[in-house]
Amino acid sequence: MPEIIVLAMACAILLADLFFKRRFKSLMYWASQATLGMAAIAAVMHSSAHSRIVMHGMMIADRLSTVLEISIFALTAVVFVYSKTYIAERGIFKSEYFVLALLGVVGMCVMVSAAHFLSLYLGLELLSLCLYAMLALQRDSISATESAMKYFVLAALSSGLLLYGMSMLYGATGSLEISKVAAVLATLSRHNLVATLGLVFVLSGLAFKLGAVPFHMWIPDVYEGAPTAVTLYIGAAPKVAAFALFLRLLVAGLHGLSGSWQDMLVLLSVLSMALGNIVAIAQTNLKRMLAYSAISHMGFLLLGIVSARASGYADAMFYALVYAFMTLGAFGIIILMSRKGFEAEQLDDLRGLHQRSPWYAFMMLLFMFSMAGVPPTLGFYAKLAVIQAVVSAGFYGLAISAVLFSVIGAFYYLRVVKLMYFDQPQDSHALRGSRDLRWILSLNGVAMIVLVPWVGTFIAVCRATVRGLP
Amino acid sequence: MMATAMGFYKQAALTLAIWLPIVCGMVILGVGRRWPRSVRPLAAIGSATTFIATIPLWILFHASRSAMQFRETVAWIPAFHVNYALGVDGISLPLVLLTSLIGMIVVIAGWRVIKDRVPEYFAAFLIMEGLMIGVFCALDALLFYVFWEAMLIPMFLIIGIWGGPNRVYATIKFFLYTFLGSVLMLVALLYLYFQAGESFNILSYYHLHLGETAQILIFLAFLIAFAVKIPMWPVHTWLPDAHVEAPTGGSVVLAALMLKMGAYGFLRFSLPIVPLASHVLAGLMITLSLIAVVYIGLVALVQEDMKKLIAYSSIAHMGFVTLGIFLFNRFAMDGAIVQMISHGFVSAALFLCVGVLYDRVHSREISAYGGVVNRMPVFAAFMMLFAMANSGLPGTSGFVGEFLVILGAFKVNIWYAFLAATTLVSGAAYTLWMYKRVIFGPVTRPAVAALSDISMRETSFLLVLGMAVLVLGIWPFPLLHMMNATVHHLLWRPGVRLMAGAP
Repeated sequence: MPEIIVLAMACAILLADLFFKRRFKSLMYWASQATLGMAAIAAVMHSSAHSRIVMHGMMIADRLSTVLEISIFALTAVVFVYSKTYIAERGIFKSEYFVLALLGVVGMCVMVSAAHFLSLYLGLELLSLCLYAMLALQRDSISATESAMKYFVLAALSSGLLLYGMSMLYGATGSLEISKVAAVLATLSRHNLVATLGLVFVLSGLAFKLGAVPFHMWIPDVYEGAPTAVTLYIGAAPKVAAFALFLRLLVAGLHGLSGSWQDMLVLLSVLSMALGNIVAIAQTNLKRMLAYSAISHMGFLLLGIVSARASGYADAMFYALVYAFMTLGAFGIIILMSRKGFEAEQLDDLRGLHQRSPWYAFMMLLFMFSMAGVPPTLGFYAKLAVIQAVVSAGFYGLAISAVLFSVIGAFYYLRVVKLMYFDQPQDSHALRGSRDLRWILSLNGVAMIVLVPWVGTFIAVCRATVRGLP
Repeated sequence: MMATAMGFYKQAALTLAIWLPIVCGMVILGVGRRWPRSVRPLAAIGSATTFIATIPLWILFHASRSAMQFRETVAWIPAFHVNYALGVDGISLPLVLLTSLIGMIVVIAGWRVIKDRVPEYFAAFLIMEGLMIGVFCALDALLFYVFWEAMLIPMFLIIGIWGGPNRVYATIKFFLYTFLGSVLMLVALLYLYFQAGESFNILSYYHLHLGETAQILIFLAFLIAFAVKIPMWPVHTWLPDAHVEAPTGGSVVLAALMLKMGAYGFLRFSLPIVPLASHVLAGLMITLSLIAVVYIGLVALVQEDMKKLIAYSSIAHMGFVTLGIFLFNRFAMDGAIVQMISHGFVSAALFLCVGVLYDRVHSREISAYGGVVNRMPVFAAFMMLFAMANSGLPGTSGFVGEFLVILGAFKVNIWYAFLAATTLVSGAAYTLWMYKRVIFGPVTRPAVAALSDISMRETSFLLVLGMAVLVLGIWPFPLLHMMNATVHHLLWRPGVRLMAGAP
């Protein structure tokens, strides 16, 4: 199992760090990357077409878990590449960053392959604990510790909600195993009060993890306050894992209540798209703007789940993955523009980027248009897929409001392009960054447009992945 | 040997026309910084080969057939049944040829004028040219939408980087207006996709039987997208801003090509897919068109800025196009399409003329000129021709389209014809008055006194457009012949014919 490899290696790196710290500075970086690579290979080797319940009903190994685990490894590997120089310049290039991130990866893997409420909760808490610590890694920074504190309090609350909801579901169905819960729910009437209440709590907890309105308050503060390397980590892979929770809990477990959760998700999704896109316009801090943009994107992602059909889940999965890579790229540009003693966090720092570096301005342009959902970038196909899903389920009003909010959203992405291309630079420092950062960032950006002919293949893979779900 | 080459060309001609300029633009972006001297020749080669590659389309096109020709179909996104499907008929082929011709002229026009970020400039224009040809060739609704929207990105940058003083406001307004217009079209296309049994094939939409309410809603969704692009009154306000601030090449592309995409959308989508709604709402469309013709014509009269004046004149002329489309008879429809092509030549030429003056004097105000003919006689002669064409003088291309539309309007309602015909007065008034103030009179301004006549480069593109205007005006037969079968087919489609008079 890939989780075991990651866990073992995380411990080994922690130990090795004690002995080799002085001699091999970048040892832990390469060891972490190797861990992710090995884990990905293990995931591929363990994959099988049939879903298997393992570890006494705690875990499930199916296509979904394999594909999402591999994506999580890939996303985290990119995060490590982007953040290497950044954390070294800020004195947090310690084994803790890598070990915590790897343990978080273990948590996420458990989340995506959980078959039992308890294992699901365990994975979630493992991830959250790592995130609290990572947020506070920069001990001297007031904003970082503040954001860690906020995140801790709110995440604990939401975990409580989730747990409470699970206990109610246990009361209604008599089981904690997701497949058994689903089987019992199918026999219950649709208006079982305890089960519905449980659903409400579970959904609140999940919405918090995803960052959907009205459970979004932590996102802007955490994104802004955290060191950019940590924001990068929080912004990408955990979203994919949270999406997996929706599939495991709502779709696989609570499919019997789909009528109820569809209505709730419609509300969450519209509110997220509205608030995220409108409030983002007022931001002057780039990281905060991307935080609100993340909220609106989660609204779009929920559209795919709202449709409550397998093709819609596949579309939402495609959206989640495309979004994760877009957001990595955008934060990667922030990291590239930052240097020792200077954080390129304000929108104004982007001014005239095209004159300073035409290539990376072009990359940022691709990320921005992709996030705005303008063809021919990948972001458009992701939006198309989820909107197509809601139209197929007959939610025309929802589809229309989604496209209108995407027009509102286009404004602030355009403003970024305007700053980069139409304004004069205020800052004449050349962009520096290690060679691997520049290469991977360029690949990441070019992928937004070069992969377009293969969109069909990706969606087909996503469809095949979710085939086992009801 | 010849036969195989021809067979191969027929299978790949449209792909070639779309991707040749796009790839060329990418290459320019890639090598432009390192070898700045190669940028202009590369752009010239790219646009010229594209033009040459589209000429055989005209020769090999069977004008007697109404079906799509030069078709290509490759599966693209199987999950959504999206195909990379291309083809042209008698309506889209003239527009493809117009695009490749104007694309070449724009490159020549920007040859010496652009000094800042040269590779990006030429790359943006070449990429946009390819995308526009894609819009006119796409037979798959999603492919159409991708080309249609993707074009906004280069245009946004062109106006924003190389435009005038108020360019940022103009370009963001342009982008958001057109983006808002198009997203509703996407929802309508998705609805059609499910109605047609999960297909994005535009031609399969022609056989759908939709209810009246659905038809009207779809028509309105399309209308917003197309009306913003054309632009129709009252959603035209982005155009004068964008035109005034855009660099000359940008104005030419906007006026000559982008505006045509909206009218093309009516012909490709609205009329054949929702014929019933087109008839029900024809009154609305005719009213909006007549308002554009009459009211915008008067607005143009009071403009002080030459570019703004031509921009308003474009809106009035495009009003003629939409009027012709929604009269549902043969003369008017022919007239509308001829007017589209003619306006492509004339507006491009007028914007280029203003560009020629602007490059020398750096002012677009009419009052900054006067007596230009004394210093630039050759230029004045060319501009005279285009001004005459813009006011619809017989013998120029402007006359053919307007005459046919007015003729068609007579058959429907004499008042339509009367109101449409007022353009012959107002069009002549604003164009010739501007011409008089700029070209004639004594030389009073020192900047005008220092003018020198047009160079070889400038003569070349004005000459090409001048010949096109005259040929189309005197002998429009080739164009009418090319679109004959398609227009006939479109008007005799069962739903369209329903309420139309005899075509």
